[in-house]
Amino acid sequence: MATAAQGADALVPQGPTAPLQVSVAPKRQRFRFLSNGKVATGLGLLGFFVLIAIFGSTIAPYNPSKLTDAVLQGPSAKHWFGTTHLGQDILSQVLVGTSSVMYVGLLAGVVATTLAIIIGVSSGYLGGVAAESLSAVSNVFLVIPALLLIIIITSSLPAADTGDTLVALVIGFTSWAWGARVLRAQTLSLRRRDFIEASRATGESTWRIIFFELLPNLSAVIVSGFIGTVVYAIMTEITLAFIGVPGISAWNWGTILYWAQSEQALAQGAWWWFVPAGLAIALLGTSLALINFGIDEFVNPRLRNDVGSTRGLKGADGRPVRMRVGFTPVVIRTENSEDEGL
Amino acid sequence: MTLHETSSPPAPPNTEVVLEADGLTKHFAVRRTGRQAMTRAPRVIHAVDDVALTLRRGRVTALVGESGSGKSTVARLLAQLYPRTGGDIRLHGESVTVRHGRRFRAYNRRVQMIFQDPFASLNPVHTVRYHLTRALRIHGHGGKGAEQLQAALVELLGRVQLTPAERYLDKFPHELSGGQRQRVAIARALAADPEALLADEPVSMLDVSIRLGVLNLLRDLKERLRLAILYITHDIASARYFADDTLVMYAGRMVEGGDSETVTQHPAHPYTQLLIASAPDPDRILGSEHSLDVAGTDTGEPPSLIDPPAGCRFHPRCPHAMEICKTDLPPRFAVPHPDQPELQQVELQQEESGQLAKDGEHWAACWLFATTPEGAAR
Amino acid sequence: MKYFLQRLAFYVFTAWAAITLNFFIPRLIPGDPVSALISRSQGQISTQAVKSLYVLFGLNKHESLINQYGDYWAQLAHGDLGVSFSNFPTSVTTILEQSLPWTVALAGCATIISFTVGTLLGVLAGWRRGSRLDFLLPVTTFISSIPAFWLGILAVAIVLAIGLNIPVSQGYDPGIVPGWNLTFLGNAIEHSWLPMLMLVITSMSGWILSMRNMMVTVGSEDYITVAHAKGLSERRVMFGYAARNALLPNVSGLSLALGQIIGSTILVEIVFSYPGVGYEMLQAVGGTDYPLMQGIFLVITLAVLLANLLADVAYLILDPRTRKEG
Repeated sequence: MATAAQGADALVPQGPTAPLQVSVAPKRQRFRFLSNGKVATGLGLLGFFVLIAIFGSTIAPYNPSKLTDAVLQGPSAKHWFGTTHLGQDILSQVLVGTSSVMYVGLLAGVVATTLAIIIGVSSGYLGGVAAESLSAVSNVFLVIPALLLIIIITSSLPAADTGDTLVALVIGFTSWAWGARVLRAQTLSLRRRDFIEASRATGESTWRIIFFELLPNLSAVIVSGFIGTVVYAIMTEITLAFIGVPGISAWNWGTILYWAQSEQALAQGAWWWFVPAGLAIALLGTSLALINFGIDEFVNPRLRNDVGSTRGLKGADGRPVRMRVGFTPVVIRTENSEDEGL
Repeated sequence: MTLHETSSPPAPPNTEVVLEADGLTKHFAVRRTGRQAMTRAPRVIHAVDDVALTLRRGRVTALVGESGSGKSTVARLLAQLYPRTGGDIRLHGESVTVRHGRRFRAYNRRVQMIFQDPFASLNPVHTVRYHLTRALRIHGHGGKGAEQLQAALVELLGRVQLTPAERYLDKFPHELSGGQRQRVAIARALAADPEALLADEPVSMLDVSIRLGVLNLLRDLKERLRLAILYITHDIASARYFADDTLVMYAGRMVEGGDSETVTQHPAHPYTQLLIASAPDPDRILGSEHSLDVAGTDTGEPPSLIDPPAGCRFHPRCPHAMEICKTDLPPRFAVPHPDQPELQQVELQQEESGQLAKDGEHWAACWLFATTPEGAAR
Repeated sequence: MKYFLQRLAFYVFTAWAAITLNFFIPRLIPGDPVSALISRSQGQISTQAVKSLYVLFGLNKHESLINQYGDYWAQLAHGDLGVSFSNFPTSVTTILEQSLPWTVALAGCATIISFTVGTLLGVLAGWRRGSRLDFLLPVTTFISSIPAFWLGILAVAIVLAIGLNIPVSQGYDPGIVPGWNLTFLGNAIEHSWLPMLMLVITSMSGWILSMRNMMVTVGSEDYITVAHAKGLSERRVMFGYAARNALLPNVSGLSLALGQIIGSTILVEIVFSYPGVGYEMLQAVGGTDYPLMQGIFLVITLAVLLANLLADVAYLILDPRTRKEG
């Protein structure tokens, strides 16, 4: 949070003046968040994938399921990512699969985060026996290996009815526990803060306190949790597809890898079959993780590692100062040095 | 602020009673787990026991005590933020118990609270405008339309001397100084147009140089708006400066009460004497009346509230403890005024036992002031 | 002690919840794939096996739910998890007995190694903020986003391409007979290099990051400054004071990460055809082998709970606050 205190601390009443401009501090805060290098990179990458998800089918050069004679060919001008054992174009598969991946990830993220908010915040704020049992339930879901549970559930569902949406719902309904636990802990600590009691003393109703006083303070945690859940959901659905669980839509990235694995792509030296999908997964995951870092650092200024704040500072003897945790060096500032705090 | 300053003029003594408490008690249940949960004996924290106080219009009542004495709990009980275990709270003579809903809001309209930490009591994600608008709207003082609301906001900020209002309305709490935040908190409380103001250590977390300004503001508001103020503090010197009446609390019980002048100049209860002795006073020299003999023997530890000492709760620390102090809880005895001891003695002789103090008199809950054969009169 | 009992009670409750979940899932899903399979293979399995499958999957519908539940528990107590469809007619229990040790060994060792190394690197990265070690952060972020199994595929490809002599599949060479002798063990370890490496690399990054963040937070505490002021050597302060306190959230995080490690292990096993539970899972899914799937779920869950309990004991030893009553 910006710490510049505008205006003097003195309480001398000012004489009547023309109404001053509304302060610009809030806007400055928001853009500062965006200017963080990590966040910008993450958002850029994410935006790129979103575009592909939306336009993938349109820009794909071939129909991904189309069989051709160009079997197991390496990357070429006609097929940028090469072809499969049935002559299908891998680039098209990756492009078309993006939308399935993003859709399931987003939907599962939304479902899980909503459940986490409802369960976590109410369990933290309202207290009582119901809260304790909700907390116990979420702990149970935390410990049980979710992947196996999801595999069992999705395998048991009738294959004809299963689609991306159902898979996303299953993932969403089994991965809310982590967010619920974090939100519960945060709510418990916020609840004791004076401003919540002050809101009660002012006369605010309970639901207004939860929505307008509590939730805005939890926004960073919620967003960060949402992003984490989306990453988890993406990994999980790709895993499901890789294992061969039926019901995932045809050209999920995991499905591409499933075929690569079962057709022994490696043994045949067809490295181009599995490299693009894996790289795409890694890049998407990285973009989301970077955004998450940005949020983390924004909320906790201590984690910031802005270039220029700790590098290049020289002590009085001209040697660079090495920052050690817990150690406050004394730096003599010249006129040109950064104004950022240490 | 030292013990020799007082704000002037003194407030009129017997104005209308706004809020009073009688036998107020609060016990917090202690969570027990494991083996402890098997035992029968319930364990409670005796946070507040048998507290009686009266808030009158236009008068400030100070509640003085150290950390853990229960004074903040008293404030929250009076604000009905949590339910009391026993005793009575009366608003204009009518007993009130409210938990939530419309009745709670109606109570809030008359009794408002200011918290100790000015930064923690304002929501960091909302502007000053939001805080005050909510307070105004909830209690119906926001007017209709944006113009009337703006006028109300400006007037509210003007009342706490934060002008020009436009400069402060769109600030976030972290952009204000401590004194400014506390003024915003006071403005928020005033938005309800209350009759009683419960100020829980309003200046304890402010810089010493700012405290005077905020206390003067409160005194100003008290006079103009005819408020009844409960001023909770650990600093007995500020109680003398600011308050008309002073009550002293120790370990959840009240130990002394009376008007501020008398209590601070002629402290009767040994605990109050300890408090006075620890307040910095440049005029006090070694060897004078209220100094080292009290301070020297004190261990400085407040007692456990789960298992408070039997009898008078102060007896482990008291330099004048007697046998009776260890077993029997002392009632409130009238304290003879040191300048007019004969007068008091005459009155006391007319009663059977140690006179139990009436409202408005200087009293102390200490066996030293009993005149019965069980205690020894000082 | 109280802390330990609380955790134990919780794990017992969770185990019960997992078993009950296992009981309900097949009964809630519309349709009945199990009975179809059973009737198809009626001639080939014993009536006793059929009966056990009925109990497991709720096909004895003429009984009340409570009775079914009781029968289910009784059967589990006998260690009977049914007969596997895809590995007909081997019982699920037998399959698990063979494959579980491999998974436990792989996952267990990988966890310990990645936790230890990751935490150590995190301590160094967090202590020397602003130094060259900071390049670790974006690198580990990227690595942690790579699915472990994909990395495995890549590694296999590279090994094959380069022609290194590291085994890339199976748990041991086909010719060797499994047994508790050095030849076998040595061979088994050889075969586990690659899978273990994959797991370690991808899970290590998480530990590095969280440890680094905790070190930064802990490092600004006053007691670190006091330790410095006392004149203690930097290494002593770093390890004895800062790391020791920053370690605690990581240890409790370990319990939570176990579920995820299982997931990665399963996938790595598939890639390397490692004869563990993950490999069996692949077969089970491919053959819609419900008894085997459920058996794996149960056993893995219990193993995770046990590992959690061990992690809690470790936490108990490390954090003196949990040892005090109240």
